[in-house]
Amino acid sequence: MRIPLTAVLVTLTGVTVSAAQGSDTTGTPPPTQAVPVRTAGAYMNIGFVGLMDFAWSSARNLAALQPGDHDPHVRGFTIPNAEITLDGAVDPYFKGFANIVYKLDPNGETGVELEEMFALTTSLPANLQVKAGQFFPEFGRQNSQHPHAWAFVDQPLVLNRMFGPDGLRSQGARISWLAPTSFYAEAMVTVLNSAGGTTSSFRSDESSGIHGGVPLGRDVLKLTDMLVVPRISASFDLTDTQTLLVGASAAFGPNNSGPDASTRIYGVDLYWKWKSPRAAAGFPFVSFQSEFMSRRYEAAQRVSAEDALVTLPAEMLKDNGAYAQVLWGIKPRIVAGLRGEYATGNETAFDTPLRAHRFRMSPNFTWYPTEFSKFRLQYNYDNRRGIGRDHSFLVQFEFVLGAHAAHKF
Amino acid sequence: MKTIALLQFVTAAFAALPAVGAPPPKKLNVVATTPDLAAVAREIGGDGVDVKALAKPTEDPHFVDAKPSHIVTLNRADVLIEGGAELEVGWLPPLLESARNDKIAAGAPGHIVASQGIRMLEIPATFDRSRGDVHPYGNPHFLLDPINVKIIAAQMADHFAQVDPSSAAMYKANLKRFDDAVDAHLVEWQKQLAPYKGAKIVTYHKDFVYLGERFNLDIIDNLEPKPGIAPSPAHLAKVITEMKAANSRVLLVQPYQNRKTAETVARQTDAVVLDVPQQPGAIPNTDTYFTLMDYMVKTIAAGLAEKH
Repeated sequence: MRIPLTAVLVTLTGVTVSAAQGSDTTGTPPPTQAVPVRTAGAYMNIGFVGLMDFAWSSARNLAALQPGDHDPHVRGFTIPNAEITLDGAVDPYFKGFANIVYKLDPNGETGVELEEMFALTTSLPANLQVKAGQFFPEFGRQNSQHPHAWAFVDQPLVLNRMFGPDGLRSQGARISWLAPTSFYAEAMVTVLNSAGGTTSSFRSDESSGIHGGVPLGRDVLKLTDMLVVPRISASFDLTDTQTLLVGASAAFGPNNSGPDASTRIYGVDLYWKWKSPRAAAGFPFVSFQSEFMSRRYEAAQRVSAEDALVTLPAEMLKDNGAYAQVLWGIKPRIVAGLRGEYATGNETAFDTPLRAHRFRMSPNFTWYPTEFSKFRLQYNYDNRRGIGRDHSFLVQFEFVLGAHAAHKF
Repeated sequence: MKTIALLQFVTAAFAALPAVGAPPPKKLNVVATTPDLAAVAREIGGDGVDVKALAKPTEDPHFVDAKPSHIVTLNRADVLIEGGAELEVGWLPPLLESARNDKIAAGAPGHIVASQGIRMLEIPATFDRSRGDVHPYGNPHFLLDPINVKIIAAQMADHFAQVDPSSAAMYKANLKRFDDAVDAHLVEWQKQLAPYKGAKIVTYHKDFVYLGERFNLDIIDNLEPKPGIAPSPAHLAKVITEMKAANSRVLLVQPYQNRKTAETVARQTDAVVLDVPQQPGAIPNTDTYFTLMDYMVKTIAAGLAEKH
């Protein structure tokens, strides 16, 4: 979609302007030639997604109950995500993408983050493709999806436990290979920096919530101090109307509990969809999606974050969790959904809510007036061990302006 | 001795290879986004091509799932034919991104955009989604006009010849034969619909505009109040009033559109609802371009004869 928002470039008739030819555009056209007006937007898709939530819960501290960065955080209104999306062909060899996200905190203060910025190759030989920049690596299914594409208001618990409030995201590069098989099969490896708040199971300064100790400042000393995320996925058309997509992922990297400690996360994911052969606007459909993850977090002997006189023993923190969700697109633009999930961790020398057993069940209902807006109602039944049961009602409204990025399967 | 015997065997085996394995000339892998484009590609490509369509003939071509199997299909394609004008904007871009196939990259001889060269109807003066899901490049359902189909067929023959020069003469001959057949059929189709010149009809979506223009049918309104917006009771009441006033008693729907809504309107206006798929293969015996168009013209003519 072409958005006449941006600076206007004036160019000669029939001359295609590329970024590299920018200087050509400043000259005055000969008076005999017509002067068509083009917009810089013609070379780039520009979009904006606005998301707003209203929440009410039996839990007074909603931020503790809903730990995801894009979840509702207070009783009342939350603006969890306002996102500018830019993408387009850079030249015949690369595509470029950027997502700039604005978030309002509970005091109404705006935070800005460069959520993603990456280039993707388009012309490598041998079915290879490289992505480089800052991005969400493809671990499982939902980690690389933006809130706009989620089927529920909030982040699944297991993604929060394993990857933190904002998901797993860092700076790095990914190489992927599409196998020359008759069915879809893709293998990829991502190598990322292992530090920062969006790598919470790795060299994150905010990792004391996971291991209970004072995080150790660790430098990158060797190549194995990088975060490595391999993934394989395959898809089969079971029938003319049913498609199955399965994947297995892992993430290996150092963590901040000690100088040599490391973390391993494994995950499997499955997505199945049936769509009517006479689908109107993509409806009716039924889909099932599930992810299971397991983490082995090697915690070194460390000083307790709560009491500097206490030393916690070296131990293996074992966590796992899963969610499963069913969506039923009943008729055009109406979807009913149900998600069940749990997350749990083994007994260790300390207690942390980020590893305690938790169960949540969420029915929801979504109405899309068009593909550019949606209303969503959701109820969460929550049961946190040691805290108890909670009930929450969440309402979400979303609108999309400009280019509407097409959804991947 | 053994070595010599082995050498002789290997030499003989290699010598025999070309005789045994002389492969048939490789066919072009042509992928069309929709079955109507695929049907035209089969006419032009003939024996030189294998044609596959991504969308099913019965589903709404605006909303096709970007299934991973389509990535594989596009990865192996020599030629891609898309409708363009943003018909496939919701699903083709991520497939192309993942397909990593330079042969069908934008601007390559292997990438055909059918809407290029077509005189598009309904190009909006302003881009404004409060008017519904309006396509900024004009109405993308242009294959219902046989004259447009000839333009697209010529484009296909040209691109096929660029990608596969050894069969250029065949593509040219197929194009000539196809053009002649379209001309002959067009006279026949126009004759069948001539008695109903100016007939007032109603369609569910704005997808018969080009047919109306070519065959002088007057599409007075659509059941959708705006493109892509589901019919509201208030709008349907307005359409019913209009139909009664204009004595319009024919309603066209496609397989994926809500026939019940059309039937409700038809009951109140003494109209007939005609199932007129635009994609070959959506109903039996409409697998080729000509059988589909024959069916479409015959069905509309019969409906108009009954109710006009």
